[in-house]
Amino acid sequence: MSFDAWLPAAIVLSSMIPGMLIFLLREESHRLRTLLNMTGALVKLGLVIWMIGGVYDGHLYEARWTLAPGLDLVLSADALSVLFVALSTLLWLVTTVYAIGYLEHSPNRSRFFGFFSICVSATVGIALSGNLLTFVIFYEILTLATYPLVAHRGTPDAAHGAKVYLAYTMGGGALLLVGAIWLQALVGPVEFTQGGILSVSPEELRVELILIFFVLLAGLGVKAALVPLHGWLPQAMVAPAPVSALLHAVAVVKAGAFGIVRVVYDVYGVEFAYANGLLLALGILASVTIIYGSLMALTQDSLKKRLAYSTVSQVSYIALGASIFGPIATIGGVVHLVHQGLMKITLFFCAGNYAETLGVHKVSEMDGVGRRMPWTSLAFTVGALGMIGVPPVAGFVSKWYLGLGAADAGSNWVIAVLVASSLLNAAYFLPILHRAWFRPAPKQWPQEHRHPGRFEIAGALLWPPVITAALALSAGLFAAAPFTPLEWATLIAEREYGR
Amino acid sequence: MIDALPLAVTLPLIGAFAVTVSPLHARGLGLMAAVLTVASALSVTATVWSDGVLRADLGGWGVPLGIALEADGLSAAFLAMANTVALAVSVYAGGYFKQESARHFWPLWLLLWSALNGLFLAADLFNLYVTLELLGLSAAALGAITGTREAVAANLRYLLVGLLGSMSYLLGVSLVYAAYGVLDIGLVAEAIEPGPIAWTAMTLMIGGLILKAALFPMHFWLPPAHANAPAPVSAALSALVVKAAFYLALRLWLDVFAPVLNEAAANLLGILGAAAVVWGSWRALRAERLKLLAAYSTVAQMGYLFIAFPLLAATPPGLARDNLLAAVVLLALTHGFAKAGFFLAAGMVQKTAGHDRIDDLGGAAQALPAATFAIGLAGVALIGLPPSGTFLAKWVMLEQAMILGLWWWLVVMMVGTLLAAAYIFRVLSRAFNREPTPYRFVNDARTELPALLLGLIATFGLGIAAQPLWVLLEQGAFG
Repeated sequence: MSFDAWLPAAIVLSSMIPGMLIFLLREESHRLRTLLNMTGALVKLGLVIWMIGGVYDGHLYEARWTLAPGLDLVLSADALSVLFVALSTLLWLVTTVYAIGYLEHSPNRSRFFGFFSICVSATVGIALSGNLLTFVIFYEILTLATYPLVAHRGTPDAAHGAKVYLAYTMGGGALLLVGAIWLQALVGPVEFTQGGILSVSPEELRVELILIFFVLLAGLGVKAALVPLHGWLPQAMVAPAPVSALLHAVAVVKAGAFGIVRVVYDVYGVEFAYANGLLLALGILASVTIIYGSLMALTQDSLKKRLAYSTVSQVSYIALGASIFGPIATIGGVVHLVHQGLMKITLFFCAGNYAETLGVHKVSEMDGVGRRMPWTSLAFTVGALGMIGVPPVAGFVSKWYLGLGAADAGSNWVIAVLVASSLLNAAYFLPILHRAWFRPAPKQWPQEHRHPGRFEIAGALLWPPVITAALALSAGLFAAAPFTPLEWATLIAEREYGR
Repeated sequence: MIDALPLAVTLPLIGAFAVTVSPLHARGLGLMAAVLTVASALSVTATVWSDGVLRADLGGWGVPLGIALEADGLSAAFLAMANTVALAVSVYAGGYFKQESARHFWPLWLLLWSALNGLFLAADLFNLYVTLELLGLSAAALGAITGTREAVAANLRYLLVGLLGSMSYLLGVSLVYAAYGVLDIGLVAEAIEPGPIAWTAMTLMIGGLILKAALFPMHFWLPPAHANAPAPVSAALSALVVKAAFYLALRLWLDVFAPVLNEAAANLLGILGAAAVVWGSWRALRAERLKLLAAYSTVAQMGYLFIAFPLLAATPPGLARDNLLAAVVLLALTHGFAKAGFFLAAGMVQKTAGHDRIDDLGGAAQALPAATFAIGLAGVALIGLPPSGTFLAKWVMLEQAMILGLWWWLVVMMVGTLLAAAYIFRVLSRAFNREPTPYRFVNDARTELPALLLGLIATFGLGIAAQPLWVLLEQGAFG
């Protein structure tokens, strides 16, 4: 096998193999486990950086393995997959550090980190899938790998949350499978191709193809938390903080959103989807989700639940971007894949820190946390402002491009949705910031653990949110510099629209 | 050179005699016989893979007098699966049974193994009957080995059902012999022509076999028999013995009765299969005990295999049909590995916890990571999730169903898949509770590793590296 074929496979395996080895470790082999985790994460990062350079130069990476006649496992890299791979790899590294700090002294760490690594391998596999079959395979492996993470705590709550999560994702997976098999029965193996493969499909298949689109969308919509398929997400909040962070920023919801982008651009083709009204349907669904998620977030007092509903809302910006015909909106949607990841993971890390150090789980308990935990709160503030869309944080860039794209395509109602959603975002984030910075702290925190060191909390828990917040800030500040998410999203849009 | 073909049948038989004569060394002799048998069986498969169909006429008598053995791609595939599983079961049994029960286990087990290999390799209808009968007798005896009241009752019923099945099969064989005067599969296939005799013979023979394969609604005997046997026996019964009956039904369908088939018969088998999928999965979901769950799951999984018949009947010969047949075989093989792994691991859980009530399994699951992983991996294959062989097989079958426009099979199989996910995760959810336990991945290598390896083969081996199966089946099975 040549090196070009070897690279995508190696990127998937670089976390899969450490994951499998970690299962075999004794609980107390703390050092070896950390070594395996960090080696995997760093090796993967190195390989991904290599791949970014190659794909930028138009290099083709493809690994192909025949499972059965006509059924190939294909891992390949195009600009879109590299974007998602880079995001997952970077955030995995940060989250691993955070998780090692967070789960110190808690039981069942071998099981946790094993599945954690497999979860990232599955996400990267989804990103690198070169055809629909491969996508389905990794999509289901992701479900299998995340279930134990959601159930990890073993409390009745966790068991219930995991059960709900499983019911939703298994149902979604079944629909995706049906759609994929149905499509393949009609048109043969579905390879992801820029511009889509259905533009040449015969006229008499059109009705069936449209039906299949909605079956696929329903399957992907479960993980992407499109309303009304979002019910699992707030329930899955019982998972430990690093899992929530990863689920919301990188792994599960992103896999769904990424799948929607793939299906629209590389299976159906944006022209075919536009001509048959599929984009409009997707746009309406995404808009409803955006508004509904924000409204629900307003009513939550639990910090993690508020963040969860915010995810429901924010991830649909990606689908919204895909649903507007035109390259500018595409840029906005695709870049939000990264921007939302950076901002949301920051927010979840911070929520975890508040819970760990002060026992604060509710918004109403957050009075004065700013002065008590300045670094964490600073990171939280950057993330929250970004979500609202305040410049110069990354979220502003996404919203700007989405709005511009909508205006360009003449869909003024989308702009109305964006404005409404931003106002709602402000309505549920600003009160938190106000409480944190401007209200006096209570005499006693719900459950305080003083950290003996220089900072408010251990370094492994402090640096991850600070770093991701800095990244979110610089992705907005230096948006026009080379190799930023925006630059890369522009490259993707150019290639999808064939300019 | 010694021919591996007869050795695969005679070695376990010799082993059975040896352990009967020297019961004090039952375990050592039994394991030795097991290793030798597996070696000969795998060499048969390897030879078929490289050189094509193998045939041996024992005693030098030719057709139609002698005992003939034949291995083509289909039998070689089943042979390889059955012997690998049987080796794992043997290693496991070496750790599982103590002296007294080991003395009873080994002779019967090796006898069963010999019958099983004979069934996969026999080339004429009467010898097939003999192996079928032997298989049924030894299986029922093994199932009752614990001597508990439930086990004896269940296996007595199993014995009677098995006898009824083989009688029905034998009647069919005698009809064929009376009408055409030959018993060799190849010769019968040449002689047979559509008509009432052929139809009656087919109905009797396949009817007898589906009774033995526990196809709904003739499955009633299976759950108590499989759930009450000791774990290694349950594994063999559920993974291999029912699969042998399916293999024979498939063999007759493809090679003997091909000229007299009709769509109605195929659809009937398919509908019964669909009912088995739904009913078996539902009962598995409601089962209170782990082994009963696994037994009902077998009822459901056998159903999937029979859904293949209407699909095969509706697909014209050619590449698509070959592909479909390979997928069906893959499904059967994966289930063999997965179900055996599941039962072996369930046996460990039962032994550790002292019971197998699913609702109370929390601590036991956590104390046995390797067994829990084995159940998880086998479970992935039973549900049909990637990267298991089942996933691949189901994909091919469902794609073909959609190409034929037979979408209702897709609905049935998806319902079965979701129900399977529900019953498997009902078990796996017990692996999570708050009791911190000292974590050791493997606690008892001799019993846990076989289960884990079977699970790994079902989920990774057959899912990712199933391509050779297609090559193997080109030897005589396709066409």
